[in-house]
Amino acid sequence: MTEADTTGYHAVSWKEPIVHQLSRRGRRGHQVPQAEDELRAATGDVISQIPEKMRRKHPPELPELSEPEVVRHYIRLSQETYGVDSGIHMHGTCTMKYNPKLNESIARSPKIADLHPLQDTDTVQGVLQIMYEFQKWLCELSGMAEFSLQPRGGAHAVFGNARIIRAYHRLNGELEQRREIVTTVLSHPCNGGSPAAAGFEVVTLYPDEETGYPDIEALKAAISSRTAGLMMTDPYDTGIFDSNLEEYIKTVHEAGGLVAIDQANANSLLGRLRIGDAGADLCHFNLHKSFSTPHGSTGPGTAAIGATEELSKFLPIPTVAFDGSKYYLDYDRPHSIGKLGEFYGVIPNVLRAYAWIMTMGAEGLEEASEVAVINNNYLIKKLLKIRGVSLPWHESHPFRLQEARFSLQKLEEDTGVGVADVNRRIVDYGLQDMETSHEPWIIPEPFTPEPPETTPREDLDRFAEVLDAISQEAYTSPQTVKTAPHKASISRIDRAPSRDPERWAMTWRAYLRKAGER
Amino acid sequence: MPVHPYIPNSDPETKREMLKEIGVRSVEELFADIPERIRLKKKLQLPHAKSEYQARRDIEAILSRNKTCGELISFLGAGCWPHYVPAVCDEINSRSEFLTAYAGDVYSDLGRYQAFFEFQSMIGDLVAMDVVSFPWYSWGSVSADSARMAVMITDRHEILAPRTVSPDRLSVMRGHCEGLADFKLVNNDPDSGQVDLEDLKSKISSKTAAVYIENPTSLGFVESQGEEISEIAHDHGALFTVGVEPLSLGVLAPPGEYGADIVCGEGQPLGMHMNYGGGLLGFLACKDTERFVSAVPHRLITVTTTERKGEWGFTYVLPERTMFAARDKARSFTGTATALWAITAAVYLSLLGPNGVRELAEVIMKKSHYAMKRISEIRGIKAPVFNSCHFEEFTVNLDETGKAVSHVNKALLNSGIIGGKDITKEFPELGNTALYCVTEIHTKADIDKLAAALEEAVR
Repeated sequence: MTEADTTGYHAVSWKEPIVHQLSRRGRRGHQVPQAEDELRAATGDVISQIPEKMRRKHPPELPELSEPEVVRHYIRLSQETYGVDSGIHMHGTCTMKYNPKLNESIARSPKIADLHPLQDTDTVQGVLQIMYEFQKWLCELSGMAEFSLQPRGGAHAVFGNARIIRAYHRLNGELEQRREIVTTVLSHPCNGGSPAAAGFEVVTLYPDEETGYPDIEALKAAISSRTAGLMMTDPYDTGIFDSNLEEYIKTVHEAGGLVAIDQANANSLLGRLRIGDAGADLCHFNLHKSFSTPHGSTGPGTAAIGATEELSKFLPIPTVAFDGSKYYLDYDRPHSIGKLGEFYGVIPNVLRAYAWIMTMGAEGLEEASEVAVINNNYLIKKLLKIRGVSLPWHESHPFRLQEARFSLQKLEEDTGVGVADVNRRIVDYGLQDMETSHEPWIIPEPFTPEPPETTPREDLDRFAEVLDAISQEAYTSPQTVKTAPHKASISRIDRAPSRDPERWAMTWRAYLRKAGER
Repeated sequence: MPVHPYIPNSDPETKREMLKEIGVRSVEELFADIPERIRLKKKLQLPHAKSEYQARRDIEAILSRNKTCGELISFLGAGCWPHYVPAVCDEINSRSEFLTAYAGDVYSDLGRYQAFFEFQSMIGDLVAMDVVSFPWYSWGSVSADSARMAVMITDRHEILAPRTVSPDRLSVMRGHCEGLADFKLVNNDPDSGQVDLEDLKSKISSKTAAVYIENPTSLGFVESQGEEISEIAHDHGALFTVGVEPLSLGVLAPPGEYGADIVCGEGQPLGMHMNYGGGLLGFLACKDTERFVSAVPHRLITVTTTERKGEWGFTYVLPERTMFAARDKARSFTGTATALWAITAAVYLSLLGPNGVRELAEVIMKKSHYAMKRISEIRGIKAPVFNSCHFEEFTVNLDETGKAVSHVNKALLNSGIIGGKDITKEFPELGNTALYCVTEIHTKADIDKLAAALEEAVR
């Protein structure tokens, strides 16, 4: 062990059984509300009214546990999970900022939790007001004309935008001709996946070796009368802002296409650049990234779609509107793409983000972006001093916005220790593992830390110190790194069931069947 | 501005030192990549920052304008149902480790992976299927995914579904499968509501990718011809997909036992507050074959072993199949899902266990049947419209009262009651009809109050 390893850290390791293994026949963890005697008498046996062949013959094989056992089991699992509140957490591309407790407490109020989405709008004026005002704030932050809060994640928003692009070209009678969406490989994969799911062919552009983004000529060559639109992330997960953006937008517009910009990385732009001002037709913000709503172990998230005046008629229904005295749900939008999902989205997240903007204020949002960018560049400076670490496109882009994508190629070549090894080892030091890169890995052995504004300077120093220690280990005792983790909740897993139909088991019942235990 | 409590490095001295370390004089140098022309030249027109106290006070004042289902008595369901949420569910999903984690690998986040596997397992127990995927947005979204899967698996492009399918979910399915699959509706028997098998036989063909039914149907009754529909679908080389409300499976046969190839449904009743529709949780199950597994658009977590004895590990199955790796070649999308709700559903199902789930389903049926009985005793009201067994929702027809649902619902609201969903526009063939939902949270007194208020309103 090295000097950086002075904390005596070891992750909680309960070797917790699967909940079914904790089952003891006859136990129960919850008393369900009963029907009153009089009511029971009035209805008689209801089960016999179910047609015989539709009656459940065997109870589901759920585990049987008492309430304290259930609580202990899931508390233990929570202890074996590393959240933003647990420690140094810079999982890049995700903007893992602190999730303020005030917002959580407001979002869990019965005044929102106990609302049914189909209540008469007269009884939900409070929540509608918050949705309405929040949409207006997003318009101010993006330069867009109107927003929808319906999408439940970034990929959902990109899918919604792809459908808006379809609807636009259909209205113009050009959908049959415009089959292609152009994207860039450093955009989040949903900028390829979601338009493909919406029925488009996708053309993917690769970055220029010098600039880190596609050459404008390459884009021009990809744009034609078949182009429905350009869908890309800017700034990229490399932290590089694609400064060809205006030129792209001009080119796509001239060819009759639309432009949707994924603002997943907006945390560095708040109050500095509004994507609508750059000429984008559509965009989306992830509330679970830039707007501080918790990631919830992978959702529920919220991604708000913004559209220009011209395109807002295509937004999903219903939108939230205000007639001067009352807020209401507007379904009367004949050009709408319809519903992206049931009801109106993950409304508690809207409340959280609303509270966040309220406590940040305009100045606070600008400060957040500024400090996030300072944090990132401070970290870059530190990490580049570490042996085996490099930053592709460093010469053309010495400064980055919200994050940076580094490479451990040199470390791997020198020592045989790659990013997967380092990522298992970093856990031993009490840090969350690192985002490597979305696919494909055009940067070899990549890692992508993102230190949002809520990261103290000491965490940046510590992160660099730990990575330096691991680099030294790689050069001096590579086996320590290659056999990691040593102080995590578990040892190295057997990944073989991942692609073996005989061994994979997505449920306990499948596991028992395949293990021959039933 | 003063140092912000959420921004540790916002104190001017720290910033100065950090900029010095970076080697720039001004923070503006760091933003050099953003072209000057498109930068925002004005100040944002947003409110000034408020203290935590002031923000709470202002927001609570706005929220006080809401009248909740706890303050009123609500009989709304239709895709978001009122159920009791055990205190343990909120305790666990408030644990900040679960609440604030995201995308770490199993070595830093073992616990959440195990909870997801347990969620998958317990949904598998309920629906009697061996493969359950990572949770997704909502029932409508996963039924859309089931259609997409059916197209991929069969290379056919038509989905058949009964007319009773939820219009809300159908619109989500149609939107998600635009250009990929056509949806055709199959008639149902006007008296029983059951799928018209002859109509199904006349419409099914070698173009049919899947027959999709919902059970209980969106109108609340049980479709009892699961096996027959399954046989017709399979005879024509089509898949059979069933959408379910999971608590009903405490008493209803699981789709895995009447031939379903894919099962989807809405997990919100499993411990999620309604949250104005924000508590939805779609689940998706399928057969355990490579053909089906390869077509699942979402993450799949398998249990595995580790180097040390006595430890469970978890990993993703065929990760290259999803959009994360295949990008546009996946022709589907996935991403940030509804994991916190899945953890909650796992907690809920662990608490209830096999007996709790059965008891709860029975209590719900007793109460909804009592409500049907009481309401049907009111002159001019028919409840339910369909002569079939119902679970927790049922149709209430007001034709003979001459009163519109909207009119009656206004009157009910004046008595502190939220009436059933007005479905006259969605199902015009049913006339002046509302969809009511009664669950374990309703007491006999609530139901009696509803019956009295309804009687008054239609008089």
